[in-house]
Amino acid sequence: MKTNDIILQTVTKITVFIIILFSIHLFFAGHYYPGGGFVGGLMTSGAIVLLLLAFDMKTVANVLPIDYKHLIGIGLFFAIGTGLGGLIFDAPFLTHAFTDVNLPLLGETSLHTAVLFDTGVFLVVIGVTMTIIQTIGEDE
Amino acid sequence: MFHFIIQLSLVCISLSMLGLIYRVIKGPSVPDRVVALDAIGINLVAIIALVSILLRTNAFLEVILLIGILAFIGTVAFSKYIEKGVIIESDRDL
Repeated sequence: MKTNDIILQTVTKITVFIIILFSIHLFFAGHYYPGGGFVGGLMTSGAIVLLLLAFDMKTVANVLPIDYKHLIGIGLFFAIGTGLGGLIFDAPFLTHAFTDVNLPLLGETSLHTAVLFDTGVFLVVIGVTMTIIQTIGEDE
Repeated sequence: MFHFIIQLSLVCISLSMLGLIYRVIKGPSVPDRVVALDAIGINLVAIIALVSILLRTNAFLEVILLIGILAFIGTVAFSKYIEKGVIIESDRDL
């Protein structure tokens, strides 16, 4: 007998966007408030796990055609790249720089290269979590 | 007075959590335990809200939303396991 999961699927379609928005908020608030790349990445993979629960692996792979193993490599590249960026300007490895920029829409914003390092953490956490869950979830 | 009310509500929620823990341990069937665990998560949200009022901080407000989301995902995963035996299907249309 085929089961009908329409309530779960409809709730998931709405909730996933809220969870992803919350994870983006956690990621960008990490410099001044609780949060950061790790929790943000875990929350984003939580949203993808909810999609996997409500739908199936084939559908989610069609919606998000991402190889999560590549995401780990890209994240590590981000982290090493920000570290090497300090060496270019004759500073020790992993030296971070920041500046105040007047952005057109956001106004006076403090931009920090630590965000790029945090992006690396974010991508690695998503990649590792989703690789573990997909590898375990594959049957046979 | 305000302090006393917050502490009284903490005691009440702790008592309700004790009742839910009794249901988790004793509950004759698995769905009983799953529903009790879900309700424990929601009570935890209430406790965190009250404690953050007591400590006069808003640093824990993210934790409230986080526990709500995690309790939802966990309960969905448990109920899918009870219903179908698998948590993540590879292809639903088969």
